Amino acid sequence: MLTSEQIASIENSPYKADFPLLAKHPEIVFMDSAATAQRPEAVLAAERTFYETMNANPLRGLYRLSVEATASIEEARKHIAELIGAVDDAGKPQGSEIVFTRNASESLNLVAHTLPQAVELGPGDDVVISIMEHHSNIIPWQQVCKATGANLVYLRLDDDYTITQDEIEAKIGPAAKIVSVTQVSNVLGVENDIPAIAARAHEMGAAMVVDGAQSVPHIAVDVRKLGCDLLAFSAHKMGGPMGIGVLWGKAELLDAMPPFLTGGEMIDSVTETGAVWAPVPQKFEAGTQDAAGSFAFDAAIGYLKGLGMEAIEQRERLLATYLTDQLDALDFVHVIGPTDGTRHVGAVAFNVEGIHPHDVASILDMSDICIRAGHHCAQPLLAYLGESSTCRASIAFYNDKSDIDALVEGLKGVWQVFNGS
Amino acid sequence: MAVNPLYNAQFIDHAQHPDYKYQMDDPTMSHEGINPSCGDELTFSVRLASDGTIEEAAFTGSGCAISQASADMMSDLMVDKTPQEAIELCELFKRMIRGEETDDEVLEQLDEAAMLRDIAHMPARVKCAELAWRTLQEMLEAHDLVGTASATVHAACDHDHE
Repeated sequence: MLTSEQIASIENSPYKADFPLLAKHPEIVFMDSAATAQRPEAVLAAERTFYETMNANPLRGLYRLSVEATASIEEARKHIAELIGAVDDAGKPQGSEIVFTRNASESLNLVAHTLPQAVELGPGDDVVISIMEHHSNIIPWQQVCKATGANLVYLRLDDDYTITQDEIEAKIGPAAKIVSVTQVSNVLGVENDIPAIAARAHEMGAAMVVDGAQSVPHIAVDVRKLGCDLLAFSAHKMGGPMGIGVLWGKAELLDAMPPFLTGGEMIDSVTETGAVWAPVPQKFEAGTQDAAGSFAFDAAIGYLKGLGMEAIEQRERLLATYLTDQLDALDFVHVIGPTDGTRHVGAVAFNVEGIHPHDVASILDMSDICIRAGHHCAQPLLAYLGESSTCRASIAFYNDKSDIDALVEGLKGVWQVFNGS
Repeated sequence: MAVNPLYNAQFIDHAQHPDYKYQMDDPTMSHEGINPSCGDELTFSVRLASDGTIEEAAFTGSGCAISQASADMMSDLMVDKTPQEAIELCELFKRMIRGEETDDEVLEQLDEAAMLRDIAHMPARVKCAELAWRTLQEMLEAHDLVGTASATVHAACDHDHE
């Protein structure tokens, strides 16, 4: 439960004014940021600025505009590296370890298509994932295991929605070559103990991949503290544009991985019979990249850094706790996941007794309340939990108490529609 | 909360207390329909009378309120219809639910099911509303109605890939 001072601190949101969609539509209660966040004005302006002042094809140009476009991409890489703690021992950001993709799904596909070769994955080896993965971190590995004869092994949750140390030691053994786990569940909102999982993976000689799609936007992430080798995330869940994603990897591992897509921009030289790859990160960036998108993503990171990731994390913890407490207090609502709100990063899943989640979402929509309902691209998790679908409300720092109160009133209305007052 | 235009009392009554949701004994034919996006599943059964009209219609299964209410309203509408009339009503319903038919006089043929017309503005729910109608139409079209009218058809389960 929150103190009255804590509740007062989330009473209003000074941030909504920065987000044109929220500012122009105060009637909209947006609680689906885990699917995609809203964008601040600074990001929309940056996209326009790129095309108005520096538009040219980056990398190959010998004129000033192209040089500026190229420089803007390299600046973005540097800022992204800083954000996730991808720095050397002297604290210098390692921009060359930042690979741009379209989204976290593409980053994970890139890894699934190239990491197996680098670690010589073969029959009898284990690829270890968790039962709470998004389909983006399941299906690529199912395909890898089909192609290589490796085994797909699942870390499962205990009754407290935790992957325990016993489970980590039982499932990540000497056969493990790749471990790929989400830092934060997109359904349950719980955070996994990545440092413990990564330590075990490395002890067994496996590479550690982390899906950061639901963590990087909400908490201070430091790849050195996590101890991972690769980290995937999307710009659009953290205020950046749709269509830009990131794969961070340790330089030596990215060097050992073969290219994913091939063609223009990713080579140093080509002959009739072969090619020499460009150095990382260009090796993984075939074709013209979304330079305007990475420039706008840079603006989103600048906006988040201006607020401070620690401050964002602190505010969102209060919001998630208030949300969980309010939902748990409704006797016709069943929270799926911990009822301790402090364990939720962004997302809280729930069901309304006897009412299908899609009906709940449709009725809430009639009051301009936006939540997600369905399987959340995590069908194995829902099957494991014995649910076919759930509702999910997710918050970002720009939400406030009034959004959560509106959701609670909306849910009372949903209940009345089906059960009378 | 204001009166909900779709989820009104009549709709909720169909969803929560369906008259036609039961296991039919010895149906002439049955067919299973699935809507993976909601996890709706229903099995629709009909019994044909000796003159070929639908004598009895019933369904079993589970799903969201829209799929359940729609199945109940459809069952009520189909009693005493010929298979050809039933298929035409299914086509009309699908046109309504996709916003292609909006003429109230034409939609009167759908009786209570016309109340689902607003789903044309809820694209994510069109498949829920259509499930029963699609299932019935597929079953009737797959069945050789001219020939062995009493044979039971258990068609393969319908997976609707998105």
